[in-house]
Amino acid sequence: MGKRPPKYSAAALIKHGLTRGDWPRMWRRPEMRDSYDVVIIGAGLHGLATAYYLAENHGITNVAVIDKGYVGGGGSGRNTAIVRSNYLTPEGVAFYDRSLSLYKTMANDLNLNVMFSERGHLTLAHTDSALRTMHWRAEVNKLQGIDSSVIDPQEVKKQAPSLDVSENTRYPILGALHHPPGGIVRHDAVVWGYARGADHHGVHIIQETEVLDINVEGGSGPGGKGAGGKVTGVRTSRGDISAPIVVNCTAGWASLISNMAGVPLPITTHPLQAAVTEPCKVFLPTVVVSGSLHVYVSQTDRGELVFGASVDPVGTYRVNGTLEFTEELAGHVLELMPGISKMRLLRQWSGLCDMTPDYSPVMGFTPVEGYLLDVGWGTYGFKAGPVAGETLAETIATGRTADLISPFGIERFTHGDLVGEKGAAAVGH
Amino acid sequence: MIIVPCPNCGPRNSGDLRNCGENIPRPDPSTASLVEWREYLYMRENPAGWVSETWYCRGGCRRYFTIQRNTMTNEIRGQEAS
Repeated sequence: MGKRPPKYSAAALIKHGLTRGDWPRMWRRPEMRDSYDVVIIGAGLHGLATAYYLAENHGITNVAVIDKGYVGGGGSGRNTAIVRSNYLTPEGVAFYDRSLSLYKTMANDLNLNVMFSERGHLTLAHTDSALRTMHWRAEVNKLQGIDSSVIDPQEVKKQAPSLDVSENTRYPILGALHHPPGGIVRHDAVVWGYARGADHHGVHIIQETEVLDINVEGGSGPGGKGAGGKVTGVRTSRGDISAPIVVNCTAGWASLISNMAGVPLPITTHPLQAAVTEPCKVFLPTVVVSGSLHVYVSQTDRGELVFGASVDPVGTYRVNGTLEFTEELAGHVLELMPGISKMRLLRQWSGLCDMTPDYSPVMGFTPVEGYLLDVGWGTYGFKAGPVAGETLAETIATGRTADLISPFGIERFTHGDLVGEKGAAAVGH
Repeated sequence: MIIVPCPNCGPRNSGDLRNCGENIPRPDPSTASLVEWREYLYMRENPAGWVSETWYCRGGCRRYFTIQRNTMTNEIRGQEAS
């Protein structure tokens, strides 16, 4: 266990300022043991949240979180930090709503300011069919007690005065799905908070260590892997670890890791590009999303506009930026907000998204005993991070699939029971 | 930008075509089990490296063809109409 980490508070800040004492590290760099109860591959939001809830809710602390890079260096630090729960399927709504409620109390729970800003979320409709889908989503949401409604262009203008709601644009705004509980969170702080919390409970966070293979015995596939097998551990670039439970919490590389256990996935990996402008005075009070224009935009507390788009159409692991993206993005954003034409882009980047056929994740047990999945997070992994960790920890601790994730098992692809979450990311489909 | 060599239209920007995904042997629908058929429909190799895939020249000749592409570098080699 070790001693409790110092509590972050105004008093602690003043004390450290006066004494100029060093702040202790948020998490340690432990020596890797040769066996753990649970090995989690991927030290991003999902892996660390799973480790944190395993320790916090279930007292399982003999856990290693292994990453070939550094904490939060993948999708956790590349997303556009939007959270919401106005999805389309009842399964999705219940799941993401739990995540939103965890985000709301997170700063207290983790004793770290994650800068959660509940600022409202607008999904614009530019066509009659989009408006119909917005009504559909609003009704599904209301049925489950989610604050979500369809508003007209005049109300849209009140919510976000910088939007052009006139009828003279190429894609006039016909209305929007308004979701007041949606907002943005500082994504790095969320990852650090979970890492610090997990480390405090004694979880080992092992960075710069690559998993080279997953050891499976007794399976029906080549090398004893695949269905019917049982996990015995992992082989890493720093040696072997034996563990009865191995969890794949990777994004971007999920298929490659899963193939090591002989469990193929229904995933194609696509890059998704995002960009941020220079900072300016805060003028955009809500998160604005347009499916038809393939863009979502929010303004950070620093005043930078953060833009995201839909995934690139060609599956690839290459994450370079493209001029086509920048041009299209600028055109679409100016269509919505002509007033920002003089703003300059600060930078653009991309991250890898594991796209599944039904825009829902793949979670829970697999045909290989002891090998669990938390993959296929496409464009919605950040929103789901806390609840994914909580439910996966429950699944590991109890040996029974948690109710909230039972629709997302890998067996749905063999049973033909897909979830069809077309409210995901609200962009590109 | 990815330049895709259409056998009919020559090198084109990938935006003019549609990537139809990796090539997977199609089981015989009359004899395949449900599990085999759904694996064909959904499961993907998704390799980090060379992959054999189909493209559709939607903005040009509307032909389907096969190429090899490296998913780490987007380098392309070989093409044949299918």
